Amino acid sequence: MANSKKIIKDGLWDDNPIFRQVIGICSALAVTNLMLNSLIMGLGLMFVTAFSELTVSLIRKFTPKHIRMMVQVLIISVYVIILDIFLKAYYPEMSKALGPYVGLIITNCIIMGRCEAFAQNNSPLPSFLDGLASGAGYTFVLLLVAFFRELLGFGTIFGYPVLGDSWTNWTIMIMPPGAFFILAIIIWVARSLSPEEKKEGGTI
Amino acid sequence: MIELNPFVIFFAAIFTNNMILSNFLGMCSFIAVSKEIPTSLGLGQAVTFVLTFTTILNYLIYHHILVPLGLEYLRFIVFIVSIAAFVQLLEMIVERYFPNLYYALGIFLPLITVNCAILGVSLFMVIREYTFLQSLGFGIGSGIGWTLAIVAMAGIRQRLREDSIPKGLQGPGITLIITGLMALAFVGFSGIVQIQ
Repeated sequence: MANSKKIIKDGLWDDNPIFRQVIGICSALAVTNLMLNSLIMGLGLMFVTAFSELTVSLIRKFTPKHIRMMVQVLIISVYVIILDIFLKAYYPEMSKALGPYVGLIITNCIIMGRCEAFAQNNSPLPSFLDGLASGAGYTFVLLLVAFFRELLGFGTIFGYPVLGDSWTNWTIMIMPPGAFFILAIIIWVARSLSPEEKKEGGTI
Repeated sequence: MIELNPFVIFFAAIFTNNMILSNFLGMCSFIAVSKEIPTSLGLGQAVTFVLTFTTILNYLIYHHILVPLGLEYLRFIVFIVSIAAFVQLLEMIVERYFPNLYYALGIFLPLITVNCAILGVSLFMVIREYTFLQSLGFGIGSGIGWTLAIVAMAGIRQRLREDSIPKGLQGPGITLIITGLMALAFVGFSGIVQIQ
């Protein structure tokens, strides 16, 4: 199973969707003012990516080449609707807090990108695994950003106060600029730690 | 819910609730395309145009087809399909009748379908329960705000080209930092109007 190990490692670090490929950051920034929101969002994305890749891979032999993008979008939408209904039914407050960003998972480039780059050419099981790994890589960065924003902005982690009353909340961390700065610093650190520039094309 | 004047929503969408700087929508193409002013202006115009019309289209579809039939939960699928169909149609019309415009905007049109800002505006419109005119103001304002942000960013990045930036920060890193500073500047507007 050396292959699946590589898939997981790629998703989590070597090809991490956010700080390597810099895609899918729209939603990454919007929900990261609280760790709980980020965790739910990350799990949701993991679910959608994994099952979309599985489905795309299952029907890849029957999908005509020129309409495959449309088919992929429809498959992704179906899973997003399932996720949205599930959140509304069991976690109505969370659904309200995430607002339109659940629906925006559809246009998250990570899922489309992985479906197109991986699921289209691989058998169902590795595709499913790849979806889980990419989703986990995304969740990991989301939680990292949320950790700093919530800690500095509210003095709490997952809602539990850790910094005590003497801590002055940094309001800027809750506001949008904080998200940009924290993500920039994380990308900076991550790229300095492993500076190979193999995936440089396109995004810059 | 307080009735907001469509013009108030229009200005709020440009300054205080800018799609990129306060809602983080459309970041992917924002980072990838904001290298030169002419191209970002072209993309901005295309986004504004598509945004205006898809907002109208989705408003009509949602309130006159989905709500009467009780199919609100299908809105994600219906919105994304109507956006994709509209962009496709627009591409064909522009190519046939306005070839000059097609050469200017052509390459950007396919990119727009996956721009989160387009779907985001339609979803915000539903969640905030806007009326028709409010949706129209919100759609146009969001497009202009997006254009403003990406053109400003392209202008700054053109100046940065010659500067020496730390290795790990080159590309997306420094772009994010500049975006953060721009967002900080736009926070200054937030006293004027606020929409939820």
